[in-house]
Amino acid sequence: MLNSFMQMRLKGLVILAVIILILPLFMSNPFHYDMATQIAIIAATVVGLNLLVGYAGQISLGHAGFFGIGAYFSAVMTSNYDWPPLPTLLLAAALVGVIAWIVGRPILKLKGHYLSMATLAVGFIIAIIINNEGWITGGPDGMPVPSFSVFGWELSSFNQYSFLGMEVNGYKAWYFFAGLLLLLAVWVAQNIIDSPIGRALRSVHGSEVAARVVGVDTARYKSLVFVISAVYASLMGSFYAHFTGFITPHIASFEHSIVLITMVVLGGMASTFGVILGAAVLKLLPQVLADFQELEMMMFGLILMLTMIFMPKGLLPTAQKLLKKKMSRKKVEEQA
Amino acid sequence: MFAEFIQYLFTGITIGATYALVALGFTLIYNASHVINFAQGEFLMIGGMATVSLLGMGFPMPVAIVLAVMLAGIIGVALQRFAIAPAKQADVVTLIIITIGASIFIRGIAQLVWGKEYHVMPNFSSDEPIRLFGAVLNSQSFWVLGIGALLVVALVLFFTRTLMGKAILATSMNKDAARLVGIRTQMVLMLAFMLSALLGSMAGVTVAPITFTAYDIGIMLGLKGFVAAALGGLGSGVGAVVGGLLLGVVEAMTAGYISSDYKDAVAFSMILLVLFFMPRGLFGSRVVERV
Repeated sequence: MLNSFMQMRLKGLVILAVIILILPLFMSNPFHYDMATQIAIIAATVVGLNLLVGYAGQISLGHAGFFGIGAYFSAVMTSNYDWPPLPTLLLAAALVGVIAWIVGRPILKLKGHYLSMATLAVGFIIAIIINNEGWITGGPDGMPVPSFSVFGWELSSFNQYSFLGMEVNGYKAWYFFAGLLLLLAVWVAQNIIDSPIGRALRSVHGSEVAARVVGVDTARYKSLVFVISAVYASLMGSFYAHFTGFITPHIASFEHSIVLITMVVLGGMASTFGVILGAAVLKLLPQVLADFQELEMMMFGLILMLTMIFMPKGLLPTAQKLLKKKMSRKKVEEQA
Repeated sequence: MFAEFIQYLFTGITIGATYALVALGFTLIYNASHVINFAQGEFLMIGGMATVSLLGMGFPMPVAIVLAVMLAGIIGVALQRFAIAPAKQADVVTLIIITIGASIFIRGIAQLVWGKEYHVMPNFSSDEPIRLFGAVLNSQSFWVLGIGALLVVALVLFFTRTLMGKAILATSMNKDAARLVGIRTQMVLMLAFMLSALLGSMAGVTVAPITFTAYDIGIMLGLKGFVAAALGGLGSGVGAVVGGLLLGVVEAMTAGYISSDYKDAVAFSMILLVLFFMPRGLFGSRVVERV
């Protein structure tokens, strides 16, 4: 039982790795790589958010705020104060973790959707500060970010690298690095789901009262997952800033928070691979709809609405269910 | 000094009355279905924008307003009937995402029909400001306050005196029991969306001459209404009204005396304080949950 479970998990990771390796065959220019890299970074953020939504049953309407702190802390410290990128990124994540704990601990003791209100407020306050403190953040115009580097080794979209004797463009290097980050994010998330935290949270899904009666400190576990998901967002925010090389307050905005939570619900709550699909779809949809110009916004809203009405469980779980139905029908036919 | 204070207070109460109406709309839908309707702000936008364009077609002001509010009511019913009702067994989170999709959709259509620019709407009565204790007050503010108060009274009467109002209350208290005594809960849900659309669009029409109107004003106004509802205690009618007025006044005072850049931050800091120290809001019910 446990073995087959582990196998299933491994299978998912292998499939994801294969997709990341095969995708370059279909990408012909730097723009494609840029898009794919962004999708990978955002998908990793959403995998973290999914831990909160899918497993703790709580909504965060301010995750872009945490993403924004990561991005801006990295940007400001590395460019204005010459801090090294890696320790800065880790420090930002720790800072965000502390903020999330301070906000989440008292509020997750309450029953109901109070976290959504609190995160909405925190997200907005972060966005307002970034917008108003232009002397350090560049205000609404945004600010440039130095490229990512570790021990003097610099990762930039504009550099050339040689890897095992092959010449690799900078943007391709970033793509594979982001793919690695995504794999790592999924692996860590899967381990959390199987850890005592994950088990405790699944018991909450069954019956919170029953879980409490047998001594599970449900509030503590929910807060822990909230902190973990916020740290995911901060880390990916930092990487995103280093990758794009220029950030604006939009990445910390309420709209961006909504996009992130929509990716989770659209792809399929509690489905790690589903939310990756959700991130890809939602990131690519505006590209496809851009041809429709004025109709873009209307069509985006319509597609979002219709998908949720007809596939309330999300894209991937619905597709899996359909596939299973078809397979079992085939089996029945074969037997007959 | 005193004149300044009166000025800020009045500005605050005016915008607060608008927040209160939006918050009441949130409360209505939340009580009936536990959905936080993120399309709430769009009703305000429709109210203001439709009135402006009907005025442009030559309709007299009262007719334009009535037609605009009716349009919003129809959209509210349609939202429930065609977007919320078909997704019956969905999680509350999924329903909330549907309302977000709906708000983007409505905004998209508004942008298509009315363009992206700001529209100006004339005052209901004279443009002449009213002077009081040395403060200069916009006459439209009195319309906002008067109509707001009237709507609140009408709503109270509706819920306490009419069978329909009592049916909504019964449904929000216990849906299954309400169905057992013969209340058509599906109708009630539709009614809740319609009422909340009517409230929102009235608020949108009355405040439009002060704030101007554009296809995207619904986002912030809707969110402030949500903050007001949460301040008062989500689900409480009195809380929605008090929360709205309080939010409006504190916001105006902050903008006047401290910093207009951080006036929005104050609203969101207030919600955090309330959640930390009195999580049920100022007027939220203390419910003991049975298992």
